[in-house]
Amino acid sequence: MPTGLERYIARRLALAIIVLLAVVTFTFIIARVVPSDPAELYVGPKATAAQRERARIELGLDKPLYSQFVSYLAGLLSGNWGISLRAHTSVLGDILTYLPATLEIIVLANIIAVVIGIPLGVYSAVKKGSWLDQAGRLWAIAGVSIPSFWFALLLQLFFFGRLHILPLEGRLSPGVSLYYPIDPITGFYTIDSLLEGNIVGFVDTLRHLILPAIALATYPVGLITRMTRSMMIEVLRETYIRFAKANGISERLIIFRYALKNAIVPTLTVLGLSFAYSITGAVLIEIIFGWPGLGTYTLNAIIEADYPAILGVTILGAMFYIFINLGLDILQSYMDPRVRLS
Amino acid sequence: MAGVLIILFFAVVAVFAPFLAPYPEEGAGVPNPPNKFLPPSSAHIFGTDYLGRDILSRVILGSQVSLTVAVVVIVLAIIIGTPLGAIAGYLGGGIDELIMRITDIFLSFPSLLLAIMLLATLGPGLTNAMISLSLTWWPWYTRIMRAQAVTLRERSYVEAAKVMGVSSFWILLRHILPNAISPILVQGTMDMSSAILAEAALSFIGLGAQAPSPEWGLMVSTGRIYILNYWWFPAFPGLAIFAIAVAFNLFGDGLREILDPKTRRFIQA
Repeated sequence: MPTGLERYIARRLALAIIVLLAVVTFTFIIARVVPSDPAELYVGPKATAAQRERARIELGLDKPLYSQFVSYLAGLLSGNWGISLRAHTSVLGDILTYLPATLEIIVLANIIAVVIGIPLGVYSAVKKGSWLDQAGRLWAIAGVSIPSFWFALLLQLFFFGRLHILPLEGRLSPGVSLYYPIDPITGFYTIDSLLEGNIVGFVDTLRHLILPAIALATYPVGLITRMTRSMMIEVLRETYIRFAKANGISERLIIFRYALKNAIVPTLTVLGLSFAYSITGAVLIEIIFGWPGLGTYTLNAIIEADYPAILGVTILGAMFYIFINLGLDILQSYMDPRVRLS
Repeated sequence: MAGVLIILFFAVVAVFAPFLAPYPEEGAGVPNPPNKFLPPSSAHIFGTDYLGRDILSRVILGSQVSLTVAVVVIVLAIIIGTPLGAIAGYLGGGIDELIMRITDIFLSFPSLLLAIMLLATLGPGLTNAMISLSLTWWPWYTRIMRAQAVTLRERSYVEAAKVMGVSSFWILLRHILPNAISPILVQGTMDMSSAILAEAALSFIGLGAQAPSPEWGLMVSTGRIYILNYWWFPAFPGLAIFAIAVAFNLFGDGLREILDPKTRRFIQA
């Protein structure tokens, strides 16, 4: 007999798949509406008309639209995400090559955001009304209001231009990549360099990673601080907290054992959302720091109307979004039975 | 609150921009090559850019663009999203499911990506950017409105109206909508800040406002390569974006503080 939780999960999963399918369809239609000729992009400007025709047949463009769509779907499921029109390389392969670079920034940025944001939010809530609280609120508002691309430029100006302590751009210094090269096992330079014991490479990677991560972290820091603060305030108002206080349980115990536990789930929700947001924010950061990640790949694909690449990245992004949300929903329903019953 | 004052300040600046800018023609885009890259001074408080144009004037004129963007994008998104949400929440059933699925689909796209794709189809430019952004934003208001409508349709005055034979349309218009408006307003003001940031980002990539428009994101983008030598060029427009975003967020935050306790009392009653 399936439990309420299992039924809930099944329902949400089915829904997620339907939405994903709709996203793929929608993107496919938009990508084909863009006024450009895929065959022409494929063969380049110097090709003859005959070559273009051959390309058209090769790419399957002579078949009706729905048949193209169906073969595309079949391809997706079997791991063939198409060929990049510009580079003639496998889209899936390209995406998997560039993804780790972007993920490194996103993960570090969100770690920074959590490490700064949650304690700040907690203290702000506990000392509500004090100057610490006001400072915390202003800080949170500043975080979500800063244009990340502007802040990135300021970081470059300050730490590279004036202080000369951090590099300007890229993932590695030219010297390090020559003399202490990192073998791309996973694509995550931090992990790869540690796996080989390449300490110089590891330090260099971190030095290059820190500024983009800080620039990307501004929005999540603001969001998490604000969210943690308001959740803590809500929870601290509850009767069971006052009861615990009246019974003489220490304030520290109250905050960390009872209040924080209940404020954690909404904060996780916000974290998931901010993670998903970071994927788009990363585009701007990558441009400024010359970072060879998915953001620059996507931007170039869109500008050149390389529709298989565009489709591939959009589907990946949508998959992230949908499954992060699904995960959060399931987590929330697991922790809060009221949700599954609604 | 501070937020309202700052917004009013920007609004006044935007309305009277051509009169306030010390070098209005340069602000609009007329180049002045002999003056290029002058550092901040009393003659040019924010310095000059790569074409010799006074940056303060450009920033002042740019305020018109930014405020227009904030208002147009969000108002459009609210106009599209709110009725859909109200209908979905009030009528429930199949229509509700349909509208919410469409909303889910839109919300599954990373918003900037969706906006960029729409712009790639429509072509770059400020108006198209505003339209694209509205199209990525409306689902949020549909969700808020729907949640409100679902709560409000149980109220006794709605039931009374139904019993009296009032049409659904009228109920939506006179009973549901006015009572649901406050979360929409709060979200809307804070979203104006995000809309400005999003539009600046689009212009930064090159898909939004085009040269010689004094749009702040575009100025940061053009000035980006000069950050190390002529820092004032991208720094001041970016500062302006920051300031106006903070203003809208402060305002929205304050608005929420005012409206929240009221809603709470309302529900308890």
